[in-house]
Amino acid sequence: MTQRRINPEAIQELERIVGREQVLTDPTELRLYEYDGSVETGRPDCVVFPANKGEVVAIARWANRHGVPMVGRGAGTGLSGGALAREGGVQVVFSRMNHILAIDYENRRAVVEPGVVNMDLSRAVAHAGLHYAPDPSSQKACTIGGNVAENAGGPHTLRYGVTTNHVVALEVVLPDGELVRIGGAAPDPTGYDLVGLFVGSEGTLGLVVEATVKLTRLPETVKTLLAVFETADDATETVAALTAGGITPAACEMMDGWTIRIVESWIHAGLPTDAGALLLIEVDGAREAAEEQAAAMTEICGRNRAREVRVARDEREREALWKGRKNAFGALGRVAPDSYVQDGVIPRTRLPEALRRIGEIGRKHGFEVGNVFHAGDGNLHPMLCFDSREPGQFERVIETAREIITLCIEMGGTITGEHGVGMEKDRLMPLLFSEADLTLMRCVREAFNPLGLLNPGKVLPSGKGCGEIRVLSTMSQAGRAESGGTAGRSSGKSQP
Amino acid sequence: MSAIGEKLLGTLTGIAGEENTSVNAPDIARYVVDGLAPQVVVRPGSAEEIAEIFRLCAADKLAVIPAGSGTKLRMGGPPTRYDVALVLTRMARVHAYDAGDLTLSVGPGARLADLATLLEKQRQFLPLAVPFAAKATIGGTVASGIDSPLRQGYGTTRDFLLGAEFVTGTATIAKSGGRVVKNVAGYDLHKLFIGSLGTLGVLTRLNFKTFPLPESSRMFLVSFAGASGALDLVERIVRSPIEPSSLDILSPSLAQLFGGRAPSTDPGLAPIDSWLPSPEWVVAAGFGGGSAALQQRVADEMARMAAEAKASGTVLLDDKKRPAFWGQLREAVPLLLDASPGATILRIGVLPKCMGEIFTAAQSSAERHGLPLAILARAAGAIYAAFLPEKVDEDTLGRLALAANEMSEAAAAAPGFSSILYCPAQLKGKTTVWGRERADLGLMRKVKQVFDPEGILSPGRFVGGI
Ligand SMILES: Cc1cc2nc3c(=O)[nH]c(=O)nc-3n(C[C@H](O)[C@H](O)[C@H](O)COP(=O)(O)OP(=O)(O)OC[C@H]3O[C@@H](n4cnc5c(N)ncnc54)[C@H](O)[C@@H]3O)c2cc1C
Repeated sequence: MTQRRINPEAIQELERIVGREQVLTDPTELRLYEYDGSVETGRPDCVVFPANKGEVVAIARWANRHGVPMVGRGAGTGLSGGALAREGGVQVVFSRMNHILAIDYENRRAVVEPGVVNMDLSRAVAHAGLHYAPDPSSQKACTIGGNVAENAGGPHTLRYGVTTNHVVALEVVLPDGELVRIGGAAPDPTGYDLVGLFVGSEGTLGLVVEATVKLTRLPETVKTLLAVFETADDATETVAALTAGGITPAACEMMDGWTIRIVESWIHAGLPTDAGALLLIEVDGAREAAEEQAAAMTEICGRNRAREVRVARDEREREALWKGRKNAFGALGRVAPDSYVQDGVIPRTRLPEALRRIGEIGRKHGFEVGNVFHAGDGNLHPMLCFDSREPGQFERVIETAREIITLCIEMGGTITGEHGVGMEKDRLMPLLFSEADLTLMRCVREAFNPLGLLNPGKVLPSGKGCGEIRVLSTMSQAGRAESGGTAGRSSGKSQP
Repeated sequence: MSAIGEKLLGTLTGIAGEENTSVNAPDIARYVVDGLAPQVVVRPGSAEEIAEIFRLCAADKLAVIPAGSGTKLRMGGPPTRYDVALVLTRMARVHAYDAGDLTLSVGPGARLADLATLLEKQRQFLPLAVPFAAKATIGGTVASGIDSPLRQGYGTTRDFLLGAEFVTGTATIAKSGGRVVKNVAGYDLHKLFIGSLGTLGVLTRLNFKTFPLPESSRMFLVSFAGASGALDLVERIVRSPIEPSSLDILSPSLAQLFGGRAPSTDPGLAPIDSWLPSPEWVVAAGFGGGSAALQQRVADEMARMAAEAKASGTVLLDDKKRPAFWGQLREAVPLLLDASPGATILRIGVLPKCMGEIFTAAQSSAERHGLPLAILARAAGAIYAAFLPEKVDEDTLGRLALAANEMSEAAAAAPGFSSILYCPAQLKGKTTVWGRERADLGLMRKVKQVFDPEGILSPGRFVGGI
């Protein structure tokens, strides 16, 4: 990995922009910013904490003057290495830009700085019966800026939609330092849907310095059900039946038996440790609607051999049911020194088969695969627990991950449902997209990011620039042949 | 025919076949856009054929306007050039329909009406109750960005278009998104095509999320002496626990139109006459499905809120009347076009709380310039304000231009957006179709440059003359 040095005069210039305390250059301090939630690493040459959009503009102009790569960072909970400085340079951390700027209760809109923590926004508007609907499981920590970049989802996006369905306007600093407003608080802005393009672009098109989002009314009634099954097949078949039956719960999360036992041993949430799988289903809306749906859910679970369907009687019981789900990854993380969570999507009709085959792939490589995931929208999160100190394990994990993702593609699905491509899956992109698709995406990136200074080395596999379309066809063959996993990419990394 | 036309016809015939290439007068006349006629009409059968056509057009600097059934060719700015009408009706295949996963993948030429029939067999639907429903194709519907009353419950196209394949102006066949309901791999380029009026490329395949058809539907019509009561009720409904799938406001003049003739786009609709309370403002609230208990709750809440908002009357449409009303609501735009030879329909987007201001601005513009006015407004803040003059002459066009400009300013002040959805072609020289210039126009030009560097796709029709 090439790390560019930034000369001391340039650092001083940066310190004049934001103040001395807001720039980190000490290697030991930088180490903290070398990681995010993924298994990747990438060390910045310096880290800067802007206080406002004017400073972000100045930082971008500074980076342009000095040819320094930049990357934005929210809370660093990303699971695909999006916020890591893959090619060194400056990491722009938005933790100080964490203010809710305006709440328009009448029109159900909020204007926030990018560093606002997801959950804090929902908390701030709860008194008015509103919330910010996208609820990643990391919502206590992750930021709206990071959510916008990754187009984050969450358990309740099954009914309420993902981030892109809730962001209406953005103010962005383009890589050359230009500050632009795109979209609009009002509906149906004229022109191209640039907000639709920006959300999910993984911080490669611009730095978000302000977001206008929709606020959603809290439901009158929420009913939470825990359906317990003897086998994983029964649970996945229930999900397929729910979907085909046209019943959309607010959330439908699944946990397999192996995971249940691990989670329960750590968290003591009262989960049935002898079960083969469970579904955590939530329905909401007007009282009568929630009751009707809960009855329908219970009926379908029963028809698909649920052993038991527990219904939370109050908020305390509801929280207890969710506790296991929300802390599952943390618990799994304790089984082995390292863990690696996958993020594939498949058509929901194929869920039973997919889970069976993922289990087989894991066993073939000597791993037990834990499954805790957003079953309702077919978004799998197979979790691989391993020990990177054991020779060969990391490579085998990467190979296992690659086979799982390939399976998702074969089934008509995709390589990432919510965690993003980042630096984890750029080399898998050719499995899903043709060279023509990727070149067009590169051209779009170059239109916004002509010098390639913003978040280089992410999302799109490196290579062919926009002007070189002609030479692509031969090179893409080579690219496809070597598109292994992420192992090669992180071979130079320290052990996770 | 010009020499270039002859040559073009020859080459296009080579690509798409003789039976799919035409220069005959009625065919050409069908695809005239704002008075400009194409030289050739071609109906390609595949993305590859389209790419070949684009290669040719890029080399010879010929301009292409894509079309489906041609129901929305009047939208947008006047084209600056036009050589080839690219008609996509042959590309109507259903590529995949996974009813179990609720996803659908179709060619751009598929008619909404046919898709509705297909989906209905599985008790599903696409929440696009858009105008010209009998003829409109899915590609044209998406590219025009037109909305539907169902946006209240289901959102707009961007909320359920999962991915697409398209051919860009560089003759590249590319895709983005996917076919599963959740996906963040790569840039969502397909979102750029929604409402792009054929200026970035031609959609050749569209992947959608489908939805279960509600078991039953109900429609409440609540009438008010003034707009403020209607707005008050809408606000109460939006804040209440009940969830309408459609929620619209009709001005008295629009309600009157609804009560008159059926729209020309759906002449079979049963007449709605005496039962519509008119001339009053009407709130139309539609609800789908639900148990008897939920339906009772909805009725109770509606009655309570209508009383609180001081409604003058409430009608619950029975199963016979509801489809007729729904048809009128869906076809409101063509109904307005039928109503006046110079119908000028503005599409305005403002925050819900600003809708009243826009109503007032429209009313005073209408009065000032002596233009009949009808308004349809969706609770989300999307407003159709239609000026309906009895004739089109120079004087009328002048007044229409003034009224349109005033509305554009009122929308910008709200703040919000405005554009002209439909108007007489002659008006387009007198006012801008796209309202105030946007601050991000520069970025849009950059996007256009990537997709269509030679400017062969619908030049002039989009914002800022793109
Ligand atoms: C336990 C756990 C559970 C999780 N559950 C979910 C889940 O349910 N659903 C889900 O979608 N994700 C989930 N994630 C992943 C992660 O939380 C999300 O991707 C989140 O959106 C990242 O936010 P962040 O603030 O941590 O961003 P970071 O990790 O700091 O950055 C993520 C990306 O955003 C970019 N970025 C950050 N701020 C800006 C900005 N202002 N402008 C431009 N780009 C910016 C970065 O450059 C990077 O590319 C989970 C993660 C963990 C650890």
